[in-house]
Amino acid sequence: MSAINSNIPEGELTTKWTKYKSSVPLVNPSNKRSLEVIVVGSGLAGASAAATLAEMGYKVKCFCFQDSPRRAHSIAAQGGINAAKNYQNDGDSTYRLFYDTIKGGDYRAREANVHRLAEVSANIIDQCVAQGVPLAREYGGLLDNRSFGGTQVQRTFYAAGQTGQQLLLGAYSALERQIGMGKVEMFTRHEMLEVVKIDGKARGIIARNLITGELERHFGHAVVLGTGGYGNVFYLSTNAMGSNVTAAWKANKQGAFFANPCYTQIHPTCIPVSGDHQSKLTLMSESLRNDGRIWVPKNKDDNRKASEIPEDERDYYLERRYPAFGNLVPRDVASRAAKERCDAGYGVGTSKLAVYLDFKANTERYGKIEASKAGNHNPDKETCMRLGLAVIKEKYGNLFDMYAQITGENPYETPMRIYPAVHYTMGGLWVDYNLMTTVPGLYCTGEANFSDHGANRLGASALMQGLADGYFVLPYTIGAYLSKEISVKAIPTDHPAFVEAEAKAKGILDTLINIKGTKSVDHFHKKLGLIMWDKCGMARNAEGLKSAIAEIQQLKRDFWSDVRVPGTADEYNPELEKAGRVADFIELGELMCIDALNRNESCGGHFREEYQTEEGEALRDDENYAYVAAWENKGDGNFELHKEELKFENIKIAQRSYK
Amino acid sequence: MSTGNMNLTLKVWRQKSTKDKGQMVDYKVSEISPDMSFLEMFDVLNEDLITKGDDPIVFDHDCREGICGMCSMFINGRPHGPKDAVTTCQLHMRSFKDGDTIVVEPWRAKAFPVIKDLTVDRSAFDRVIAAGGFISVNTGNAQDANALPIPKAQADAAFEAAACIGCGACVATCKNASAMLFVSAKISQLALLPQGQPERYKRVQNMVAQMDAEGFGNCTNTGACEAECPKGISLENIARMNRDFYAAKFISEEEG
Ligand SMILES: Cc1cc2nc3c(=O)[nH]c(=O)nc-3n(C[C@H](O)[C@H](O)[C@H](O)COP(=O)(O)OP(=O)(O)OC[C@H]3O[C@@H](n4cnc5c(N)ncnc54)[C@H](O)[C@@H]3O)c2cc1C
Ligand code: SF4
Ligand code: FES
Repeated sequence: MSAINSNIPEGELTTKWTKYKSSVPLVNPSNKRSLEVIVVGSGLAGASAAATLAEMGYKVKCFCFQDSPRRAHSIAAQGGINAAKNYQNDGDSTYRLFYDTIKGGDYRAREANVHRLAEVSANIIDQCVAQGVPLAREYGGLLDNRSFGGTQVQRTFYAAGQTGQQLLLGAYSALERQIGMGKVEMFTRHEMLEVVKIDGKARGIIARNLITGELERHFGHAVVLGTGGYGNVFYLSTNAMGSNVTAAWKANKQGAFFANPCYTQIHPTCIPVSGDHQSKLTLMSESLRNDGRIWVPKNKDDNRKASEIPEDERDYYLERRYPAFGNLVPRDVASRAAKERCDAGYGVGTSKLAVYLDFKANTERYGKIEASKAGNHNPDKETCMRLGLAVIKEKYGNLFDMYAQITGENPYETPMRIYPAVHYTMGGLWVDYNLMTTVPGLYCTGEANFSDHGANRLGASALMQGLADGYFVLPYTIGAYLSKEISVKAIPTDHPAFVEAEAKAKGILDTLINIKGTKSVDHFHKKLGLIMWDKCGMARNAEGLKSAIAEIQQLKRDFWSDVRVPGTADEYNPELEKAGRVADFIELGELMCIDALNRNESCGGHFREEYQTEEGEALRDDENYAYVAAWENKGDGNFELHKEELKFENIKIAQRSYK
Repeated sequence: MSTGNMNLTLKVWRQKSTKDKGQMVDYKVSEISPDMSFLEMFDVLNEDLITKGDDPIVFDHDCREGICGMCSMFINGRPHGPKDAVTTCQLHMRSFKDGDTIVVEPWRAKAFPVIKDLTVDRSAFDRVIAAGGFISVNTGNAQDANALPIPKAQADAAFEAAACIGCGACVATCKNASAMLFVSAKISQLALLPQGQPERYKRVQNMVAQMDAEGFGNCTNTGACEAECPKGISLENIARMNRDFYAAKFISEEEG
């Protein structure tokens, strides 16, 4: 077991980044013009990096598999983005954001990275507003904030329920500006299938033109992966249908270690599964927990309608268990609490796998405020509800519409039914302080890396991290590497390494087409999802994980002998794309179980049933597991564990409490 | 609960490639549940085609929650189907009846060539944005966000215009295949904000020029685009764009 170097700069926590920035080697403008950078991904992490690198003068090629960079999965983020602006004057600060994130992550993240994230968070908001991103404002014309889980300040900026859309369109417009000027060459409907390494360094990629099926070779002095998370390993998740792990997984096979794969975030407020036909799950943003109260009936198997259950027969279990944070406890805590109630027989709806999210109390409260603004200080209940609904509608209208659309129920009248669902993956490619993987010249940003969220991500922190990485961190740190590459001329793509990588990608595609089995790709994907959800989901135990590993190995054999991929590899063939992604998910699934089995503790989203307190809270083992588990792929399903010890020098590590 | 009892006939456009002529093909689907989304109904059909050894139908989709703008089916003569204010992926089978025949075609417009079956090429939209749909500010040059207060009404109006998902339904439904609603939404968003003022008139000229170059048609004010837009983008945006476009001409003549 070798140690890995996180390259954290020396010095005091609060000055590390400033010092680093002012001492990092620079690349002069004429050299930048001859340095080429490949950015895979056009989400918040990819688009912001590609645009910024091009502004700085590098030659950039950017790739995405959708038909436009604007459609990256970041577009779907709803609730908001955090920043330590302290505009609400409620005691927020860089330190507090740093502290909340480390604590929220259950003390499994790297202090130096998280502090840097908190430092640059404020710049992100400035940058986005300058780009014309229409964030929500108060009547005085200043920016508005809301609260998210795991914090006691209001630091979340938002644009109704479409924050991700608006931020991504901002980054997309910056990217399109560079495309228009010829400084970024954009490749849409392209999928990266291999990393090309020459003399140990990342020097390019093999990408498939999804329309023609052609394999293309692209050179870069450095390669950046901003390819998103791998929640779809569970088949059902809140991720977009195309979200996948392929880029990161291929990188893992090329020597980039994969860190903490078992850290998955199960989001507490999603629309419950309604049947086998279901292809994805829909999130109801965490922002709803600002105004919604979560409850189940106090009686088991209570089949009355929500409206018929009187107040004193309702169990507001989060408020009961966690009086200090109430409905705003972090996601892992809220999800487990919902599972606990449903497993104990208190669930609602036909499946009994749901709890209520109820807006009534706050609707009435808002109505009262509105009435009194209009001079009516003694409004009746009906007036309150009418006025209050208008406020709720303005805040969450699109989410309520989405709910009504999917369930056929009117959430303005009855409480929403919600249940936890897979949402985000904290694990990802291991990166050092520079965001470089263990392959020199190969960088990883956004959800695809493991870096800032420890074992549990706080709400509204992924958008912050993606944009921090892309706008403010990577463009500096990559300079440290590229400044040493200025003498390297562009390597022609007939170099044997490119030929070999292309042959490898082609081999996999041809094999998939030629199996000509009997079952569709989705068949295998659904099976994998069930194994993962049952045995590596919200609660895990050693026995279950061991049997999951055996089941996945069998599934892998079945897949490679019986999958049916129609058509050919030389045409537009979405089934072939899916097949390649599912093949990688199967291998990743096994590693997730191996990682979960290795981690004999509970922390954040990783809950091992064997390790819990008497009250059922996650029980960490700091003595033995305060490390990042970085897995090296040795081929044929063998992985070697490397440990990065986490040192907490600025925060006192403690049992997480939200009581 | 998973399977339902709706039986439907689908008439679907099949076209192997851009050069292929293409034709409508009939399919039967059964045991469809009203809780399924329209795309999940297509998943069921495709699963069936794959097991039978046929080629599945290719269609664009990703988020399946109405925000990425990728899905794009022309259903019974309407983009995104019979329900107002939703995208194809948000349409559920409860909007149809057992025994219905449903006709499904791709977006049709000169600027959106068919790639395969129901998938079209909408990259023209990206090129219009690249021509001017941005504010020229490099990373790292921004002042404090609250140094520039913006009246809420103005910010809200900009947000409403910015809600466009770039799906292209407006183009698909327009008899002239005009892209005015899409282009005007971006122009309006930026024209309504103080940050967008310095480039306001240059922007409208550049974007309109690119729009014309892409082969989108003229606007004859039929209003079909607004009626079919899943995000409620308003015709007012087109009026605002036109005003700015004429003002821009005037300004550049003055300067010229
Ligand atoms: C429904 C939902 C709501 C959310 N709400 C919030 C929120 O309110 N606040 C918050 O902070 N976070 C939220 N999140 C999380 C957040 O949206 C994501 O973590 C974040 O947007 C990820 O950004 P990214 O740039 O890393 O990846 P993505 O946006 O997923 O982008 C990935 C990019 O990589 C490309 N790509 C992937 N693989 C390949 C390949 N092999 N070849 C070529 N291109 C490839 C894709 O085309 C895409 O362009 C939410 C997530 C979901 C699912
Ligand atoms: S204006 Fe409406 S219909 Fe047109 S692209 Fe935008 S969202 Fe789609
Ligand atoms: S699939 Fe994203 S809007 Fe329909």
